[in-house]
Amino acid sequence: MTQGVQVAGLYVRDQDEALAFYVEKLGFRVHTDVKNGDFRWLTVQHPEQPSFQLGLFVPGPPVLDAATAQTVRALVAKGAMPPLVLVVDDCRAACERMRARGVEFTQEPVDRYGTVDAGFRDPSGNGWKMLQARR
Amino acid sequence: MSGGITGQDPELLRRLLRAKDRMDAASHEHWPVRRLARVSRVSEAHFARSFRQAFGVPPHRYLLTRRIERASALLRDTDLPITEIAFQTGWGSLGTFGRIFRDVTGDSPGAIRARARATAQELAPVPTCHVSAAQRPDLTIAVSEKRRRVARRYKSP
Repeated sequence: MTQGVQVAGLYVRDQDEALAFYVEKLGFRVHTDVKNGDFRWLTVQHPEQPSFQLGLFVPGPPVLDAATAQTVRALVAKGAMPPLVLVVDDCRAACERMRARGVEFTQEPVDRYGTVDAGFRDPSGNGWKMLQARR
Repeated sequence: MSGGITGQDPELLRRLLRAKDRMDAASHEHWPVRRLARVSRVSEAHFARSFRQAFGVPPHRYLLTRRIERASALLRDTDLPITEIAFQTGWGSLGTFGRIFRDVTGDSPGAIRARARATAQELAPVPTCHVSAAQRPDLTIAVSEKRRRVARRYKSP
């Protein structure tokens, strides 16, 4: 694929914490981790999806002023950011594996007409659905 | 901390979200403030005030909206008898369920079931949980207040 979405980002409260979560608990790997002063461009990638990067960004200067950053941090912590969907082959197995690593599940796996989905959050409060598509 | 709209500590908000998540995951269970406060690791008085400030509704009313949402989903997606739905979504009696359901949605459970079935096909491509969330009742005032307003409306000419 040569055209399409390359990076979509999340706001997280702490990039080291988010990195550990997405890499160690979810199995992503680091794609780019570059610092420039206080600014850190950090993206991770699913091993089976090399065309897409998930950005893990901290709201703050120089991109956002302090008050705006505080508002965004509050929104993330309240779970007010848009839904994210992770596709897996086996939702129940993935859930068990991730729970053993300490992932905070918000919804147990549920069967819905041939699909199975569960819900979890990252440490910052971003909410994920984990979806096993119909085969 | 009284604070303005952005005044709440994100670390506290994250713990309040955990209590909200727990209600979402098991809205049929009893969620007294003491239990919720324990999830969020704050005092009971602090919990009720902070939750309301964070999410715009008191915790018990939030729970009510989730129960109504879930009941609506069961009315829409299953053939379960209404009594069974009332029981499964956390109400002690069919009467209480029917009354509060009508107060919140403006309609009886049976009428909602009939209407939802008529429009079911149009939403098929959207993930089920998001359809359900979109139909969550927007309960910005207390049920008792809503009931009073409806009563006033009927009385006025």
